[in-house]
Formats: sequence, structure tokens, C-alpha cells
Amino acid sequence: MNSKELIKELCETTAVTGHEANIVPLLKSAFEDYVDDFQIDKLGNFAAVKKGSSNKEDPPKILLAAHMDEIGLMVKKIDENGFIKFSTVGGIDPRTLPGQKVKVHGKESITGIIGAMPPHLLSAEDMDSKAYKLDELYVDTGYSEEELKQIISIGDVISMDRELLSLHNDYVSGKALDDRAGVLMMIEAAKELQRLNHEIDVYFVATVQEEIGIKGAITSTYDIFPDLGIAIDVCHGLMPGVNSSEASKMNEGPTIALGPQVHQDIFALLKDEASKRSIPYQIETNNSPFGTDAAGMQIARSGVATALISIPLRYMHTSVELISLNDVKYGAQLLASSIAAIDDEFLEGLRCY
Amino acid sequence: MLLEKLINATGISSREKEIRDLIREEIKDNVDEIYTDKMGNLIACKGKEKDGQKVMLAAHMDEVGLMITEITSDGLLKFQSVGGIDKRVLVSKPVLVGEDKMAGVIGAKAIHLQKKSERDKPIDFDNLYIDIGVNSKKEAEKYVELGDVAVFSSEYEELGNGRVIGKAFDDRVGCSIIAELTEYDFDMPVYYVFTVQEEVGLRGAGVAAFDIAPDIALVLEGTTAADVPENKEHRYSTSVGKGPALTLMDRTVIADKNILTGLIEVAEDNGIDYQFRRTDVGGNDAGAISLSREGVPSAVISLPCRYIHSPLSLIDLDDYSKMSRLVKLYLERLARKGI
Amino acid sequence: MLEILERVTAGFGPAGQEENIRELIKTEIEDYVDELKVDNMGNLIAIKKGNGEGQKIMLAAHMDEIGIMVTHIDDDGFLRFTTVGGVNPKHLINRNFVFEDGTVGTVGVEKLDSYKDLKLDKLFLDIGAADKEKAKEVVGIGDVAVYQKKFNNNGQRVISNSLDDRAGCAVLISLLKEMDDSINDIYAVFTVQEEVGTRGAGPAAFGIEPDLALAVDVTGTGDTPEAHTMDVKLGKGAAIKVMDRGSIAHPGIKNMLAELAEENEISYQYEVLEFGATDARAIQLSRGGVPSGTLSIPTRYIHSPSEMLDMEDLKDCKDLLVNFVKCENLAKVYKK
Repeated sequence: MNSKELIKELCETTAVTGHEANIVPLLKSAFEDYVDDFQIDKLGNFAAVKKGSSNKEDPPKILLAAHMDEIGLMVKKIDENGFIKFSTVGGIDPRTLPGQKVKVHGKESITGIIGAMPPHLLSAEDMDSKAYKLDELYVDTGYSEEELKQIISIGDVISMDRELLSLHNDYVSGKALDDRAGVLMMIEAAKELQRLNHEIDVYFVATVQEEIGIKGAITSTYDIFPDLGIAIDVCHGLMPGVNSSEASKMNEGPTIALGPQVHQDIFALLKDEASKRSIPYQIETNNSPFGTDAAGMQIARSGVATALISIPLRYMHTSVELISLNDVKYGAQLLASSIAAIDDEFLEGLRCY
Repeated sequence: MLLEKLINATGISSREKEIRDLIREEIKDNVDEIYTDKMGNLIACKGKEKDGQKVMLAAHMDEVGLMITEITSDGLLKFQSVGGIDKRVLVSKPVLVGEDKMAGVIGAKAIHLQKKSERDKPIDFDNLYIDIGVNSKKEAEKYVELGDVAVFSSEYEELGNGRVIGKAFDDRVGCSIIAELTEYDFDMPVYYVFTVQEEVGLRGAGVAAFDIAPDIALVLEGTTAADVPENKEHRYSTSVGKGPALTLMDRTVIADKNILTGLIEVAEDNGIDYQFRRTDVGGNDAGAISLSREGVPSAVISLPCRYIHSPLSLIDLDDYSKMSRLVKLYLERLARKGI
Repeated sequence: MLEILERVTAGFGPAGQEENIRELIKTEIEDYVDELKVDNMGNLIAIKKGNGEGQKIMLAAHMDEIGIMVTHIDDDGFLRFTTVGGVNPKHLINRNFVFEDGTVGTVGVEKLDSYKDLKLDKLFLDIGAADKEKAKEVVGIGDVAVYQKKFNNNGQRVISNSLDDRAGCAVLISLLKEMDDSINDIYAVFTVQEEVGTRGAGPAAFGIEPDLALAVDVTGTGDTPEAHTMDVKLGKGAAIKVMDRGSIAHPGIKNMLAELAEENEISYQYEVLEFGATDARAIQLSRGGVPSGTLSIPTRYIHSPSEMLDMEDLKDCKDLLVNFVKCENLAKVYKK
């Protein structure tokens, strides 16, 4: 599969936070030709492991993390007319929901729509000033209460039903690019590493439950306890109304983060490799360590040196997220060549302050 | 004086190098072992081979500051805070930018040019800029990079009555007291830990605690004293001049009863003034250390500081020496009696 | 179980000061367990060993309750206080609070222009002391008081303080008394400091290293007039938690509980809670991760002085839990 086909498969597969097992078979087949082993841990984090050339008894490890979970909704009550009231799983803006097609995953997956009142029945004042609130929204599946309750239970997850669209210029748009784009970058990095020599063992980890508290990164890093780790996530892409201090340009390369969650040596390594290989990149400043798996990785056990690479993305947490596949491609090249450049001296230096 | 050097040095969260180097230089000959970990925590120990409870003393090296997030076409620098800063203290202050500590100012629109409605509202980060005196983005880029940090340019200065002003008493006072304690020997293993990134989420302390696996932890901090006009007595939190403050409970930890009782006994037996920290807001490294591994009984002793997290805070040197004495005497008791 | 519930709700134990309730629970269970320990945090850990061929299960019910802590004594003997855990100021006006030694005070409020202005620092505790000196004879800064205790049994339903989470404790105590042998190792932990951030459970899990875990705690209901939309009702059975704001239950554990309930004809309902957390949040993230879930007891008016539950629901929770810990096939929870 090429990148476009793969990202389409990745995005259109459902894996709402807490229910990620569904996407694992796809990941296995995507990584299969490039790695030596697979592991799944107790919370469902999926690791594809590629051995390095080090012949030490306890080889050094690098952990790459991209989260496989996507935000979604959850059935919280079925009313007597068969309408589904729902809660959010992860940071969903209720205003993006009216008019959205969804899939409700019970004993089978059924289609529904999140209803919106027609303009004819609303006052101009309502439409101008009142944003939809979560409690006013519901999913309409067409079924009656009795029929629905045969298929759906309280607690079943609901995902956005959206196909991935190809726009001009290698831009793609759809749901769950946060962070399937990161997962794609890991797969492409694994492919790139086929032709490079690297000493360090590489753990490509698709983490769980990032959207509700970076939980998979916390436990998976404790478990694997690598020498260093790099998180791969998305960051905001420039668009009207957003400051250039808060967002990065689209299609000018992935961003390398600079902030409390980033170890200065890894930052320097990534920057140097990007310059050496003429890989386009941007710098992203973070005044807080939180917001991605890097935060969870950094404080595992007695500490892990971490860094963060991000893919600029517009319209985050909507079902029309948008990225440039070029940014992913460059990120994968950057990761692969940086991994190949890691040697013992670099690793020993991580503790030197 | 060590405290003065530490106050005048710069080290915001994740960029603690100057502080770390200063402390390391100061204490390395007093201790058995000294090292840094992957986050930059500075850890020293004495008496590893001794019997008795393993004690971890902790203070954080980092102070709050600013990070440059954008350079405008005019060469002005936009920034965000690293750690919690009330944006209202920023306007009209000098700062030091970058490793070279260039002078800069956070300017304000002159009052003559402001509309009446503007004057009532605090100025947001979006409308604050650091001016380093250049004419263009290109020129600015010769001196600054994105991600460079800036701190308040305030220096340590003595006022009347044994009071001192400066920046970053939170938590250079803790660092200073712990560094000074390395001159003594205690009859138990003691770890002197200077943590990183406390101000952005207690990030370094938990990692250090996991590594050390202490039996007991004492965190030394600088805390709020709001014994000022316009504030009611029950909201003072602590008062300057009334001795070190013992935490009962804050947002991240409930102080261990045994340690607290021990500290109170030591203070009363030795005539050392002390007070309780009487608000429960805020948190510190004890929050991370106390939940490490299977849990670590922990307590927090703080020096009252007026106006913390602003360009100029104020402390009392008498409070400082009382706090230092209290900790030393408690450690001696700990070695004799245990927790 | 009603008597056990009445006894444990009477125990004094605000977060951070659980000594009393811990002793009380100890005496309830010491004859029914193989081993009892207290860890560094003060968690009470009761162990019933299996035959070595099963899973290591950690159960967690928190012993601590919410309260108020004295922060200041003014010249007239009035006490100012802060909250220990999630205490809502609106529940406090004219409520009685009791200290460990039995001293009772009532909460007064400064003059307010409107109840919208009600904040914690406008409240004070009045123990009837004539002045500061008299007050100091009885209370000190740092002392903690809890809602005055009263247990009311209406037959099917109980109205009492501290059902959160003494009801969970009662379930664990009943289970330990009832259980004979099982293949699984049971670590029933009565945790501390849940109310101030699920603090006790994480260190307990770190020490135990369980294969899986279940917290037993209360959850809200949606069955009172104009309630927040929620499907859980009193009397509809044990609630199997799917999600709250602290964690999402491991699907394998959720499904296993539902299966066991169906097989054993125990009434159950699914629960989605849009606020709050349980000890499962902390346990799940211990070390390399622990598959965790929560068995919930439907309860109205949580964190008020008068919480209400249904005794049938409580029994259903206990029965379901017994079936869970006896299950010989728990490894199925994480096998594909």
C-alpha cells in the first residue's frame, strides 16, 4: 500500500479511546515487512520492534510513540423515543457535531446522525448567539427504543463516520488524523530504516488512551524503559484567527518541539540531521511540557530523555482534520536518519548536565 | 553569600544550568557522591553506607520566567510564561534575555495613548512584547532564537530590619539551606536533591525519588506570605517574621503526621518560632515524591515570601536562619529516634 | 450487610487521618483473612491467598471521607476552615460537623447580598467557644471535622453520611467474611486519601503488582427530578462502570462482569459518569499498567451529609463481586 492508501485505511478504521484493539490487525500488516517482533501490553499498547546492530547483552532502546486512539462519543442513555443521549470521550467540541454522520458500535455497528433543528424552526437570535451544548444533542438511528436496545447498550462507543478525502497537493482531510498521521510516520520511518544501519533497538509503539490523559505512554514507557523516546503527534496548523506563535506552517516540514519535555541533546540531534539531509523542518516552542505522549514518557521510573516531532494539522478534533502527506514523509526521513546517528557516546551524554 | 549568588543567577524550568553549576561547585567537596540524571536533577549523597532511615531533602532549582515564542517583523519578541505568572506583574519591567542575558524591557502603551476602557483591563500576553532595541526581525535574529528564555532582572538587595528583596526566593532559599546542610554529618543516609521543572508540574522530583527510593522526604520551599494591607488575617497563608511555615495540607500532599509532630517538638524544645501554612492552595515537589513507588512519608517546610512569582519578592533573614536551624535539628533527631 | 454498613459509616476517617476507621475495619475482618498489612501510605491490605493457579486480584474501596480542616481561630473563637476533598460550600450552611474527640460545631455564614456570592471563605465553624483561648482548649489549627454522623434505615433504602465509600468498604468486608477458597489471590485494599486525588491506591498497587483490579465505589444516579442525564437508577442493580472522568474500564473486565451477572441472574446496569474518578484511575497506571474496572453502588446526593442507596443494589454488588473473585477463568479478561 502507498501512503495515501495506508492513511485512508488507518483513518477509516475505528479505534475510539479505550477501545483500540480494533486497529491492531491493520498495524500488524502495515509493519510486518519492516520489523522483527510484535508485543501487546496489558493496556493494549502495540509495539513493533526492530532490532539494531548492537551486540550488547542489554542493547540500548529508543521508543517512538504515536497514539492510535481517536476521540469519539459514548452512549449514556437511550430515551423512550429511541434517541441516543451521549457523552464525550476525549476533547470534542459540541459545536462540530450537529449534522455529523456517526457509527454506533454495539452488537453490530449501525449508522446514525446527530440531529440539528432546521433553521425554519429557530429564531435568528438562537442561530446567532447560542452554540449547541452537549446536552441538547442526540443521535438518531431511525430505530425505536425497543429495537435499539436489542443492539446497543449504555457505554457503547460512537465514532465519526467520515471518509478520508484527497484534496490538492498531497493534502488529505478526514477524522482521526490526530494521531493516525503520527502512526503513518512511524510506519514510514520503519520502512526507511530498512536501508540504514542503526545500533539501537527501535520500539515503534502505537499507544492507547492518549486523548484522556496520555495513559498508554505512561505505562508502556515504564514497561519498556528505553534510553530515550520521541513522541510523534500533531500540532496546530496556521489558519485565520490563530497566532503564528501558536501554530506552524502547513507543508513546510514537521515541527521539532523545544520545551521542558524536550532533552536538549535530542533536539540538537534532530536539528542537525535535518540540516545535514536537507529535510525541511520548523521549530515549535512549548512553554509547558504537557499535551502529548512526551510528557508521560519523560517521567517514567528514573526518567527518560524525550523529544517531540509534530505534524501541522488544521481543524484539530473535528472530522475534517487536514494535513500534508509531505510533512509526514519528511518526518519519517528525519526520524530514520536520526535513529541511525545514535551511538554510545550520544547515549552516555544524556545524563551529563 | 550563597543565597545572594543563587538569587542573582538565572534558571527557569528546564534551563537550570547556571543554578546547577553554582550548587555543584559549592557542595561537591562536602559530599560522598554527586551526579545528574536524565532530566538534569542534581543529586548528592552522604552516608549511604550508614544505618537508619534514608532521607531525601529536596528543593527545586527552577524559577518561573518567560519563553520567546515569536519574533515580530519589528524585531519585538512575543512570549509565554514558563510556570505560573500573573500577567499583571509583567508590564513595565526590565528582563534579561537568553544565555547572554541581554537587557530588554516589557513595555506598555503610554497611558496618554490608552482609551479609558483599556485602562481598566489587564494587558494580555498577546499584547505584551519584550523590546531589546533592534529595528527588524532580521536584526533580532542575530541575538535571539525561538525558545530562548527571559527572566526578571532583579537583584538581591538588603532592606532595613533584616529583610531582603530579589527574585526567585521560591525556591533558591530551599536550595541554599540544603546546600549549607551538606557541611554537616548526620547519622543516617542523606540525599541532597536539587530538582528541576517543579514550576511546570513537579516534573523532576518524582523521577529523582524513584531512583533514590527514600524512606522519608523533607521538601524545603518558598511560599506565599500575604500578610499585607487589604487582606484579611485568615487569608494571610503565612506571615513574614514569624518563623518557618509548616504545611498541613496543600493541593498535592497531606503532610505526614509523624514528621509534623517531630518538627513541632523540635521547634518547641529549642525555642524556634514557627507557624502553620494556613491556606491549602498550591503544590510542590512533595506531591510527586510522596506517591513514588509504595509511597514516601513527606513533609514541607517553607520560608514565607511576600509577592512570590513576581519580579520582586521579600523575605526575612531571621526566618531563613530559623528554618535552617529547624531542619538541622530535626535531622539530628531523626537520626537518633527515627520517624 | 446492613449492620456492617451502619458500623463502618460511623467510623471517623477524613482523608489523611484514617487511623480510626482503619482500626474499626481491622477488627471486622481480622479473623477472616490470611494476612493483614498497613503500607507506607496507611492503606489497609487484607490478603486471602488462592491456590496459586489463579490471578492476583486487587480490590479497592476507600476508607477516607470528605471533611473540613481548621485553618484559623479568630479572636472571638470562630474557626475558619478549608475543605478536605470535594465539599461544596452550598452543603455547609448550618450543617453540624464533628471532630475526632466528639466536639461538635455548626457552620455559620457572613452576611451575603445573594447566594451567588457564597464562597468558602465566607463560612466559619462555630463550636460555641467564648473566645480564642477557650476555642484553643478544644481545637487546633489543622484539626479536621466531618459531617455529624447519622444512619437512617427506611427498610429498602438507607440515608446516611459517608456512603461514599463506606458502602464499598461494607461490600469488601462482607466478601471477606463470606469467601471460602478460590483459586485467585485476593488483595482487598481499604485505601486512604481517595477523596483528595485517588492518592492511596497507586502506591498500594505498586506494592501488590496485581494482574487485574476492581475498585468498588459509589456512583451517581439520574433518577431524581430534573437530574443530569444519566441512565443509572436506584434499585436497578449493581452498576458496571464503563467510563468516568478518571478512567475507561478495561473492556474485558466490563464484559466479564456483565457475563457473570447474566449467568448468576444478578441485576446490573451499565454506568457512564460525566465527572469524578475512582481508585481505578490510579491503579490502572501503576508500573506497566493494570487492567482495571469499577463496580459501582448507585447512590443519590453524593458528598452531601445525606447520601442514599438501595440495599438490594448493595447486595447485588457484593454477589457480583463474589462471583468475579471466584471466577476460574479471569485470564480471559486480557486474552484475545
